[in-house]
Amino acid sequence: MLRLENVSKRYKTGDLALKNVSLEIPNGQVIALIGPSGAGKSTLIRCVNRLVDATEGKIQLGDTEITSLSSGELRKARRRMGMIFQEYALVERLTVMENVLSGRLGYVNFWQSLFRKFPKKDVKEAYRLLDRVGLMHMADKRADELSGGQRQRVGICRALIQDPEMLLVDEPTASLDPKTSRQIMRLINELCAERGLAAIINIHDVLLAQMFSQRIVGLKEGIIVYDGPPDGLTPEVLTEIYGEEDWEATIEDVDEEDDAPLVEVLK
Amino acid sequence: MSNSNYSDTWKKPPFIVNPVLRWLIYVGSLVYFALAIGTMEINWTRVAEGLPRGLTLLSKFFPPNLADSRGVIVDGILESIWMAIISTIGGIILSVPIGLGAARNLSPKWVYLFCRSIIGVSRTFPEIILAIFAVKFFGFGPFAGFVALSIGTIGFFAKLLAEDIENMSKSQAEAVKVTGSSWLQWVNYSVQPQVMPRMIGLSLYRLDINFRESAVVGIVGAGGIGAHLLTSVQRYEYDTTATILISIIIIVIALEYTSGYLRKWVQ
Repeated sequence: MLRLENVSKRYKTGDLALKNVSLEIPNGQVIALIGPSGAGKSTLIRCVNRLVDATEGKIQLGDTEITSLSSGELRKARRRMGMIFQEYALVERLTVMENVLSGRLGYVNFWQSLFRKFPKKDVKEAYRLLDRVGLMHMADKRADELSGGQRQRVGICRALIQDPEMLLVDEPTASLDPKTSRQIMRLINELCAERGLAAIINIHDVLLAQMFSQRIVGLKEGIIVYDGPPDGLTPEVLTEIYGEEDWEATIEDVDEEDDAPLVEVLK
Repeated sequence: MSNSNYSDTWKKPPFIVNPVLRWLIYVGSLVYFALAIGTMEINWTRVAEGLPRGLTLLSKFFPPNLADSRGVIVDGILESIWMAIISTIGGIILSVPIGLGAARNLSPKWVYLFCRSIIGVSRTFPEIILAIFAVKFFGFGPFAGFVALSIGTIGFFAKLLAEDIENMSKSQAEAVKVTGSSWLQWVNYSVQPQVMPRMIGLSLYRLDINFRESAVVGIVGAGGIGAHLLTSVQRYEYDTTATILISIIIIVIALEYTSGYLRKWVQ
């Protein structure tokens, strides 16, 4: 369970990105965080793994109070949270396998990682995950040889091999085409379900958010203005979050038909 | 339609907006340049006498004396190559920690300032001056040259390494950090792959520079081919001078080609 209590973040420039945000995410729940650019979505998930330090408030993962950890304890806590990035953020000059195994860095010592001598079970798990996302044959390719969708799948493997309790997902589909976006969102969703992971997914696409999450949180100028089920997103709510616009065309039935089965998708 | 009164001319806005300042700078630069040329006192009769003298001198270079009767040229060249290689390796080994420390995005402020000042000092002194001091400290011979060139390498290599690190992709670095990696693992997995190709290119370039500098520092007694070059000029043995210069040129060109090839290969 992740609990945010009255979290505020003021940047050095004076911008108040989060204002007294309180949020509770039970184990295994996938939530979508929506809101206009600059609403504080990225800041929120970055406060959780402390890429950004919250100015005020408490963040707890299970029994661990993340906001007050020393740097050594923080490294341990970070192993419990996998992060998936907007532009994939793979280290481009490393191989796919090295990128996936870098998810184990918090568990191995420096020499093991320097000589790429990871424990056998880690290597096996890396192969298993790559196979699961259909990239087994890409293991020795350099990350910059992959397409966008493939890179994001490697990013997902890197997050999962940490064996995390939850995923922090920052705009996973921002640079992908609509079909690949759906495939990636479906994959994240399935993997969360398989492993009972909680997830916070920042996403711009309201439709995808509705399709692939159990709960939606709307953020506007650093304040939570909506917290409820996906089908509660009425035109009025969207206007509240994003401002005036014709929203009818955006809102769909949540039971979207399943397109292409996953196996085919991964070619 | 109201398109009748749009202007049909357009000029690129000037770089310096204030016209008075702009013209002051233009005219000022011209006047300064004219005055500077005036102070040089070019004596055209001396130029006229000097040119044919120079040609006579050049003609004495040919044919180059390839006999190397005292056997010093081969020894000197080998010593220069050896000095260049050792001082490049030594300099780079010293440069890496200093370069890491001098990257603003990696190091705390005091480490940054400390490493930047080491670089600053090293860059202030040209190799020839460093060599004069090294000869004073350690006596004549290649060891003094090695010390001078290694210190010169720090100013070059650490500075460029630090700048390359400061320009690296932030998201790739963050992605490795949030896996719970230690600082060294983080450097090994996210910083090193990003800067490595440029570093290899720069090492070869520096090897090239150090070889040429080794000829210069020899003149003040710091080992290498420079001493023989100076001796041959002072003894008016210009055919030997020619052999030495041709050897230097051949080695520099060979290094140039090798480094170009290697750089393409590592990219």
